[in-house]
Amino acid sequence: MKIAVLVKQVPGPESALPINDHGTWVDEESVTFVMNPPDNFALEEALLIKEGKGDGEVVVVSMGPDRVQKVIREGLAKGADRGIHIEEVGPIEKDPLHIAKRFTAVLKDENFDLVLTGLQSDDTGMGQTGVLIGEMLGISTATLAVETDIKDGHIRLKRELESGWFQWVEFPLPASISIQSGLNTPRYPSLKGIMGAKKKEIKTVSCTELDISSNCQSVDKVFVPQTSKHSEVIDGEVDAAVERIVEILKSEIKVI
Amino acid sequence: MDVLVILEESQGSLHRLSREAIAGAQKLGSSVAALAIGENADTLASELSSYDLEEVFTAKHELLSSYSADGYFETVIQLIRAESPALVVAGHTYQTRDFMPRVSAKLDIPFIPDIVSLSDEGFVKQVLNAKLNASLSSASDQIILSFQSAAFNDEEIRGGSCSARAFDVELDSSQVRSVSEEPFQEATGDVDLESAEVLVSVGRGIEKEENVPIAFELAKAIGAEVCASRPVVDSGWIDSFRQVGSSGHNVAPKLYFSLGVSGAIQHVVGMKGSKNILAINKDADAPIFELADYAVVGNVLEIIPKLIEALNNK
Ligand SMILES: Cc1cc2nc3c(=O)[nH]c(=O)nc-3n(C[C@H](O)[C@H](O)[C@H](O)COP(=O)(O)OP(=O)(O)OC[C@H]3O[C@@H](n4cnc5c(N)ncnc54)[C@H](O)[C@@H]3O)c2cc1C
Ligand SMILES: Nc1ncnc2c1ncn2[C@@H]1O[C@H](COP(=O)(O)O)[C@@H](O)[C@H]1O
Repeated sequence: MKIAVLVKQVPGPESALPINDHGTWVDEESVTFVMNPPDNFALEEALLIKEGKGDGEVVVVSMGPDRVQKVIREGLAKGADRGIHIEEVGPIEKDPLHIAKRFTAVLKDENFDLVLTGLQSDDTGMGQTGVLIGEMLGISTATLAVETDIKDGHIRLKRELESGWFQWVEFPLPASISIQSGLNTPRYPSLKGIMGAKKKEIKTVSCTELDISSNCQSVDKVFVPQTSKHSEVIDGEVDAAVERIVEILKSEIKVI
Repeated sequence: MDVLVILEESQGSLHRLSREAIAGAQKLGSSVAALAIGENADTLASELSSYDLEEVFTAKHELLSSYSADGYFETVIQLIRAESPALVVAGHTYQTRDFMPRVSAKLDIPFIPDIVSLSDEGFVKQVLNAKLNASLSSASDQIILSFQSAAFNDEEIRGGSCSARAFDVELDSSQVRSVSEEPFQEATGDVDLESAEVLVSVGRGIEKEENVPIAFELAKAIGAEVCASRPVVDSGWIDSFRQVGSSGHNVAPKLYFSLGVSGAIQHVVGMKGSKNILAINKDADAPIFELADYAVVGNVLEIIPKLIEALNNK
C-alpha cells in the first residue's frame, strides 16, 4: 500500500486573524499555524492502514511557503516515511482547480494506491481538493469517510450522510478519499519519532515548474461578518454575570 | 437556459436545499432549468410544476437507481455538455460535495462552494472557521455554485409553470465503479434532544474532558439535556448521539445554553431555530454571538461553577 496524505497548514483556532492591508486575506505575519484538523485524522488513518498491512509507505504532501515544512515534519515524526513540499512563493493559491492541478502533477508519477485528504480546510473551506485530484488522476473518489476497510484491490468505506445517517460503499483502488474528523484518535509524535524525522527525506518541488493555465476563481476580499441581531451583551465581572444569568433563566426565559 | 439547478432527493421528496437553490437560481438568471436524477425523478419533477422554470430534465437509468458519485457525475456532465448553462447551482449538501468537484475537474469549470449570500462584489462564503467572510468571483464563462442552508428563502420562489422532459443519459456499468449499500442510522441512545425544552450545549471551549461534568451539573440544575458540538464528540468526551449540527441533530428548544461553542455554520444549522439562545464564549467576536439573545463574554470555567452554586442555593 502506497498512501499519500495531503496535510495543509492553516491558522490555528486561537490565532489572531488581522486582515491584511489590501483586504484580500489575513496578514500571515501575525498568524499561528497548525495542521488542518481533519488532515490529522487522515494522516492517522494512513498510518493505521499501513500498520495493519504490515508494509507500505505513507507520504506526507503539503503545498505552501516554507513554513509548511513544519506540518510535514510533524507527519514524519508521527511515522510517515517521507515528505513532499510543493513550494509556493508569494500569496498562497486559493483556487481549488489550480491547487488540484499542482498536486496532480506531483502525484501522478508516484502511482499511489490511496490519496487521503481532509474533508475541508479550516482556512478557505473549499471542501473539494481531494475529489478534484481524484478525477484528475482518473481514479475512484469518495468523501466523508468515517471508517475504512481495505480488501484486495478494493476499499470498503463507511460514509457519513446527513442528519446521523451512514452508508457503506465499495469500490476499486486506487482511490482518492476525503476523511471526516473523529474516525480515529490521532497519535502524538514520540520522542524517538521526532528524532527519527530529522533523517527522513522531504523533497521540495517548485510550483513554477508546473505550467498551469485554467479558468479559476479568486478570493477578492475578506471582511468581518456584520451582526444583525441585537444581543444583550453581558461582559462584566463573573459574579455580576452569574447574577444576571440567574435572573434571565428565572424571569425572562422562565426555565427555572 | 442560463442556469441549471441540480436537484437532490431526500426521503422521496425534494431536498430543502434544492428548493432554496431554485430560489437562488431565479435571482441569478432569467431562464432557469432543473435536473432530477434517479428512480424518483418524475416525483421530484412534479413537485416543481407550479414554479417558474423553463423545464425540468428527468434522467432515469437502471444504473441511477441509487446515488453514486460516478453515475451522478456522468449524468450532470452530459447535460452540461448538451445545454451549456452559464451557471450550475445546487444546495451545499453532502451529496453535492461528493460528486460536484468531479464535474468541476472534468469540465474545467470553477466550483465556488458553500455560498451564504450574494454581494455586489461576488459570492460570499465563510472562511477561517466563520470568523471572517470572503467574497469570491470568477471570470469563467461557466461557474458551478453551491448554496449553504438559508442562503436563499424557498418562500421566495417565483411561481409559474414547469414541464418535465426526459433526458437520455448514456451510461454503462464500467462507468459506475462503486457499489453502495442501504443507508442506515446508528444506535441513538435514550436521549431525545429534539423534544428537549432546554439544552446545555458543550463546545470545545470546555477545554478538557475533566471539565465536562460541570455541563451535566448545570443541566441538572436547570432541567436540561446535554448536547455537544462535533469536536467534543470527536474527542470522545460526549456520546455521538448528543451531537447537534448538520451531521447531528436538529434542535429547537425554548433555551439553548451554549458553553464555549464558536458558532460554525455546520453547528448553527442544527440549532438556529431555538427560541432563546444564551451563549458563553470568551471571544467577544465569536460568530455564535450573532445569533445569541444573550451574549455572555467570559470564561465558562469561571462562570459555570459559580452559576451552579447560585442555582443550587436558591
Ligand atoms: C461536513 C461538516 C460537517 C460538520 N458537522 C458538524 C455538526 O454536525 N456539528 C458541529 O458542531 N460541528 C460540525 N462540523 C464542525 C464545525 O465546522 C466546527 O468545526 C465545530 O462546530 C466547532 O466546534 P466548537 O465550536 O465546539 O469548537 P471551536 O470552533 O474550537 O470553538 C471553541 C470556542 O470556545 C471558545 N472558548 C475557548 N475556551 C473558552 C473558555 N474557557 N470559556 C469560554 N469560551 C471558550 C473559543 O473562543 C471558541 O469560540 C462539521 C464540519 C464539516 C466540514
Ligand atoms: N495547500 C495544501 N496543502 C496540503 N493539502 C491541501 C492543500 N490544500 C488542500 N489540501 C487538502 O485538501 C483537503 C480539502 O481542502 P479544501 O478543498 O481546501 O477544503 C484538505 O483537508 C487537505 O487535505
